[in-house]
Amino acid sequence: MALLDVKDLRTTFRTDDGLVKAVEGVSFSVEPGQTLGIVGESGSGKSVTCLTIMGLNDRRSAVTTGEAFFKGDDLLTMPSSKLRSIRGNEIAMIFQDPMTSLNPVHTIGWQLVEAVHLHQDVSRSQARASALDVLKAVGIPRADQRIDDYPHQFSGGMRQRVMIAMALINNPDLLLADEPTNALDVKPQAQILKLMGTLQKEFGSAIVLITHDLGVVAEIADDVVVMYGAQVVERATVNELFARPSMPYTWGLLGSLPRIDHDVERLAQIPGSPPSLLNPPTGCRFHPRCKYAMSICQSVMPELLAAGGSATHLSRCHLDQATRDAEIKKLESGHFAEVT
Amino acid sequence: MSDDLLVVEGLKKHFPVTRGIVFQRQVAAVKAVDGVSFTVKRGETLGVVGESGCGKSTMARCIMRLIEPTAGRVEFEGREITGLSRHDLRPLRREMMMVLQDPYASLNPRKRVGSIVGEALEVHRLGTAAEIKKRVQELLDIVGLNPEHYNRFPHEFSGGQRQRIGVARALAVNPKLIVCDEPVSALDVSVQAQILNLLKDLQQEFGLTYIFIAHDLNVVRHISDRVMVMYLGHAVELAGKETLYHHPLHPYTGALLSAVPVPNPEAARSRQQILLEGDVPSPINPPSGCWFHTRCPRHHPGVCDVLEPQLAARAVGGHEVACHYPLERWPMSAAELAGSLRPDAA
Amino acid sequence: MTRYVIRRILWALVLFVVVTFVSYVIFFLIPADPVKLFAGRQATAEDLARAAHYYGLDQPFYVQYWKFLSRLVANGIIGKHAMGFSYANRQWISHVIKDRAPVTASLVFGGAVFWMLISVPIGILSALRPRSLADRGATIFVFIGISAHPVFLALIFLYIFGYKLQLFPIGSYADFFNPPEGQPGGPIQWAWHMFLPWCTFAILFAALYVRMIRASVIETMSEDYVRTARAKGAPEWIVMRSHILRNALLPIVTMLGMDIALGMGGAVFTESVYSLPGLGQAVVQSLETFDLPVTMGVVVFATTAVLIVNLIVDILYAFIDPRIKLA
Ligand SMILES: Nc1ncnc2c1ncn2[C@@H]1O[C@H](COP(=O)(O)OP(=O)(O)OP(=O)(O)O)[C@@H](O)[C@H]1O
Ligand SMILES: Nc1ncnc2c1ncn2[C@@H]1O[C@H](COP(=O)(O)OP(=O)(O)OP(=O)(O)O)[C@@H](O)[C@H]1O
Ligand SMILES: [Mg+2]
Ligand SMILES: [Mg+2]
Repeated sequence: MALLDVKDLRTTFRTDDGLVKAVEGVSFSVEPGQTLGIVGESGSGKSVTCLTIMGLNDRRSAVTTGEAFFKGDDLLTMPSSKLRSIRGNEIAMIFQDPMTSLNPVHTIGWQLVEAVHLHQDVSRSQARASALDVLKAVGIPRADQRIDDYPHQFSGGMRQRVMIAMALINNPDLLLADEPTNALDVKPQAQILKLMGTLQKEFGSAIVLITHDLGVVAEIADDVVVMYGAQVVERATVNELFARPSMPYTWGLLGSLPRIDHDVERLAQIPGSPPSLLNPPTGCRFHPRCKYAMSICQSVMPELLAAGGSATHLSRCHLDQATRDAEIKKLESGHFAEVT
Repeated sequence: MSDDLLVVEGLKKHFPVTRGIVFQRQVAAVKAVDGVSFTVKRGETLGVVGESGCGKSTMARCIMRLIEPTAGRVEFEGREITGLSRHDLRPLRREMMMVLQDPYASLNPRKRVGSIVGEALEVHRLGTAAEIKKRVQELLDIVGLNPEHYNRFPHEFSGGQRQRIGVARALAVNPKLIVCDEPVSALDVSVQAQILNLLKDLQQEFGLTYIFIAHDLNVVRHISDRVMVMYLGHAVELAGKETLYHHPLHPYTGALLSAVPVPNPEAARSRQQILLEGDVPSPINPPSGCWFHTRCPRHHPGVCDVLEPQLAARAVGGHEVACHYPLERWPMSAAELAGSLRPDAA
Repeated sequence: MTRYVIRRILWALVLFVVVTFVSYVIFFLIPADPVKLFAGRQATAEDLARAAHYYGLDQPFYVQYWKFLSRLVANGIIGKHAMGFSYANRQWISHVIKDRAPVTASLVFGGAVFWMLISVPIGILSALRPRSLADRGATIFVFIGISAHPVFLALIFLYIFGYKLQLFPIGSYADFFNPPEGQPGGPIQWAWHMFLPWCTFAILFAALYVRMIRASVIETMSEDYVRTARAKGAPEWIVMRSHILRNALLPIVTMLGMDIALGMGGAVFTESVYSLPGLGQAVVQSLETFDLPVTMGVVVFATTAVLIVNLIVDILYAFIDPRIKLA
């Protein structure tokens, strides 16, 4: 049984301008000990997907349908007391914006200790000791002196580490990490990724990792979900995705990444701008920016279907297999720039 | 005319740390930049990489004379600009422009795009109102914005478009040098690609020279001709990009390179990572001897903690490194790194 | 922290000098001829000169001000000799202030407690359920509180609760400590006498504060760190108590200092209508009789009190908001 099984998740926000469909029919599952990477453009619904699973959307404006089974129970319909006992304990989330996600009037230590006390029946000193341990683990220098500092005394990168510490402190079975390393530069990023790897090995935890950085995904993910315009457009194992990406948005994404192991004169550029979720384009969401767009793409939304004969590889595209194979060939020879 | 557009020599910037309520006295100094020397040739791109807080932005601001350096010389087109008065500096302000990291914070939200981009033209009185407007529309077109965007406000644009406005603003007065301080760090990969391509196109078209600061080594490699690695206010290695990325000499460069994520699952999983122990020391109290010795896997007691290494050519092709025990080859595993010390070499 | 406190105190001192200076200029230099006021109408030229010399008015202005300031400081502002005496009844001004300050303090500080007691729960309740019945009720209350003038309210309260229902006394005051012989006194009498004035005085501020607290709580509820608290699995009441309220009430605390100062001005109306023998009443009387020293004494005293209250609030604020300490 999968640890987390998300089925046809949909989240709609009521706004003054109308209904924003931020997540539309997202499905995926994560096994214990596995890492799922979610990549995609800014505004494609990655964060909202995770917030919805945690039940943290604003109750007044968000409407959610679908199912999200965690260890067999649907998180979306369970009583709130049960959900509370799972949150922060069995499922923890690292939020995207570390600058604003810590409470400015409490010390770092206080906030970590609170996280322990909410789920474990331990003494203050024990809770504080584990707070200190986890701060050290995420690489806060002189943690024993800094534990009583306030968030504003920490830099952005350090606050992000504190957020990570807070998520890890109860050794969750499932970690939802929303761009956990975007405020860090290369060195600390490697350290944090290693730490998450350790969590996984020691406790068999599963990780859902949201990121813009395909390099990070290549490094630690087992499966990858590519999102575009509130939908999943491609889902595959990490090797499949990088070896045989099978729809134009993914091609663009891979090609737009400057990389140390490849030389390109120009990076691939996805023309145009992301789709409006208020008035999404008809047919395929990507067609206004896609150089392969055919007439069917403008009217019919492609289904998420098996691509390239692998059961684990799904993509949402009308293109025929021959065209895709030709493109993948080009990609292999490093001609990223010509993709779009 | 000489080949060198910009010559920086022994640049230092120390920020005073003060105590006292009414009368402030200096108790220490943050050595943000502590003796950096390099040259930038016409039409090339010098990439600058290094961990957060190593003094990249401070160095850029000193070169632009946005802050006064504590010591050192900056020569632009053969003319020393440190020590120039505000008045004498004015014509130079047209030759060097800056593009900043945060496209949200660096544009005045109450001004229209037209006047943001045309501001420098107005300040330097380069033309009549009509001419300026025409030039601004031209610039918007160059950076891939619609000239109709002239009357819009910054908040009506996406992050990538805002960064284009920042680039257009920098281009307005036909500068020779553009200093880009993390221009793409806040952007989505696909938008990042647009800006990087744009910068490259502009360089080809107008023969621009860039100093490009970033912490993403993939990005720096893509855009730069030569790369300088900084650590704790010092330049520790400076080389052509191919040389630097394929044959790094400084252990710190090696460690940085080994941690760069590669978007290739097999390569990413099989490579050796060198994780550095400990944290960057405080720039108020930098370590004695080599600045990096507290975290260096090759640190050799008695040499590295005593002698300050100088940035000097160590290999062919102007490859400069400041290290007593440079790497012999690359890649190297962590064990090799520690084991391959040659105490006799210094 | 100490640095911050010391800086705030230095600031308060500077403000004190500025305020006393301005008051001094206004009250002693602008009236055409203060000597005449002192010496009386039928004074001869010789009398005038003597009076001028007696009051030090023949000396240069800065010397006068310096003397005034040093007397003020040396006598601790409310000391007997700090501010001279009244023209009208030759009473020491310090006595006037000592008699009347407790009344105004009762009104203003009691009123402040009152308005906080009203506005905090209402503000929070209406923030929790926007557009609910309770929220709409609160909105109506805010509307009435803001638009009704205190004098008008006071008259209505007096008529209904004092005259018709006879629940509260009309137009008198009871001392908290040591009441004069044969007069009511003590905490209960005091509170009973002050109840209607408090209501009157507090209602405007209570209304403003309900609105502010509601907005502040609503804003804080959508902060990212509140979401973090929920993600940790904290029950709603903990989220409210430790994460929302403390942050939401922070800006309110700074407002409180200012509003108590503002309230001192507003106290004049309330004191007049309820015939409370407070400072406001003293100012009104002194203005009627051209008794400038009393007016000025009260003004200097009140501004000093405001400075001190603000200083305390600022220091308090630094204790509850950790971000201030570094500033
Ligand atoms: N509370 C909300 N009310 C209305 N719209 C919202 C709300 N939260 C998110 N959205 C919209 O939902 C869409 C998806 O947002 P989301 O934060 O999931 O994007 P993302 O993929 O995480 O992007 P990024 O990479 O920039 O973090 C966006 O268009 C956003 O504007
Ligand atoms: N105005 C200032 N006063 C005191 N210290 C400063 C000042 N500006 C920068 N510093 C310090 O100087 C050092 C270098 O800062 P700088 O901003 O140049 O780093 P950076 O390399 O650009 O880092 P980042 O990648 O985070 O932008 C830091 O330790 C910083 O705290
Ligand atoms: Mg997001
Ligand atoms: Mg910087």
